[in-house]
Amino acid sequence: MSERSKLEVRHLTAWFGKTAAIKDVSLSVPAHTVLAIIGPSGCGKSTFIRCLNRMHELTAGTRVEGSVLIEGEDLYARGVDPVFIRRRVGMVFQRPNVFPTMSIRENVLAGLRLNGVRGDHASILEDTLRRTALWDEVKDRLDESAVRLSGGQQQRLCIARAIAVEPEVLLMDEPASALDPIATARIEELIGELKQGYTIVIVTHNMQQAVRISDDTAFFYLGELVEHGPTKQIFTTPRVPRTEDYVTGKFG
Amino acid sequence: MKSQRSRRAVDLFMTALCGTCTALALIPLASILWLVVRNGAGAISLTFLTALPAPVGETGGGVGNAIAGTLFMVGLAALCGVPLGIGAGVFLAERGDGPLGRTVRFCAEVLGGVPSIVVGIVAWGLIVVPMHRFSALAGAAALAILMIPTLARATEEMIRLVPTALREASLALGVPAWRTSLSVVLRTALGGIVTAVLLALARAAGETAPLLFTALNNQYWNLRPDQPTSSLTVQIYNYAISPYDDWHQKAWAAALTLLLMVGLLNLTARWLAGGRMQRGPA
Repeated sequence: MSERSKLEVRHLTAWFGKTAAIKDVSLSVPAHTVLAIIGPSGCGKSTFIRCLNRMHELTAGTRVEGSVLIEGEDLYARGVDPVFIRRRVGMVFQRPNVFPTMSIRENVLAGLRLNGVRGDHASILEDTLRRTALWDEVKDRLDESAVRLSGGQQQRLCIARAIAVEPEVLLMDEPASALDPIATARIEELIGELKQGYTIVIVTHNMQQAVRISDDTAFFYLGELVEHGPTKQIFTTPRVPRTEDYVTGKFG
Repeated sequence: MKSQRSRRAVDLFMTALCGTCTALALIPLASILWLVVRNGAGAISLTFLTALPAPVGETGGGVGNAIAGTLFMVGLAALCGVPLGIGAGVFLAERGDGPLGRTVRFCAEVLGGVPSIVVGIVAWGLIVVPMHRFSALAGAAALAILMIPTLARATEEMIRLVPTALREASLALGVPAWRTSLSVVLRTALGGIVTAVLLALARAAGETAPLLFTALNNQYWNLRPDQPTSSLTVQIYNYAISPYDDWHQKAWAAALTLLLMVGLLNLTARWLAGGRMQRGPA
């Protein structure tokens, strides 16, 4: 990997009470690439990415050890405010979670408005909605409630909301798992385009999806990072037998 | 076949039983409405709703000052009770899992169970006695104390109904926790909280015991918080225990007025709650 690494995880261990859900994981993600996290349910994929924007610690009784560096800065260093970390590391969730009391416009601009960020909101709105391929579908109904959009549109709105605050890294937790195949295809297409501007870490259960959209893949099993490498290599010539069993569908 | 017939019989029996119970349960409501409307409707007029009460021995007069007094004291009580109740509810929902939260919740429950006459005597001891006079302030204080625990618990429930996913969506945008609570969580729960506030106001408007020896009564218009103030409920009480037929009729009419006011608040609350449900899942 010759590219500069945007995100570097060093010896990360994440606890729920006395159980370690992530055990001593180290990996790095180069800028403007997509890293897919795969693995069977309960292997710690979601926990892992929730450590990358310090969302894990919001659950009572949790604890994190190790470090996560963005451009060399440790998110877990003493005195770092998680609020500012989350403006640099955006997140899209498994289920579309638009704000139901807000219009489409307010949803996109929520991060800016609630953080008191000034600027040309109108052009940010249009630009963000164009980048998420929503503009043509919603430009005439920007003040309608966001819950009236379809599930796929809502998820693209959530992506628009996340990128409107201009994060550097975008985390996606199975963003297409609640969507139909057409909406899924649009999200995947979108990820390919967003890669130009952001570094993306995406959790997915769908191995074909990982192959289609990611540059690198990390396979997690029981909280451990089993194998991490270029996606092509993970899916064609994995080095670890357990990875091969998983990607060929023998378990999981 | 036989088992089907017996199941039908059981079904019919249970339906009839439930129907009868429902009808029986509705009898008190129906009789209240019937009695109050029959005895009160005749005496209600514009004069009755706007005039001052007539002196003893004279007929005529109305409950204008009592309506104003009730609205005034409920308003004063809301001014203090609503922010405190909602604030406590937000605290309980957002930070209420620690020992402090458990203590606050326990206290709210105990306070919610205190009989209103006891709250009234406390307001009397704390405000009326030191001020050497009955006052709207003392009445409003008693009503506010009654409002706080119900509002706190209702607000907590409404906030807990807001999906974690919305809170996380906001936090993940880098919005601070306090701003998330106010602008996302509270805003989403607002419809339910407004409903709870209206119900609390309706309940406060119907209280008599805490006003008896705090606000006392007043034969004249009063919107000064440091003066005795008339209220519909205390006025009903005074009219009802009097020996005069004219006053008895006025008691019924005042009761009907109060019933309409409280009913209007309840209907508004229901309408708001219904609208919220129609707008889709929160």
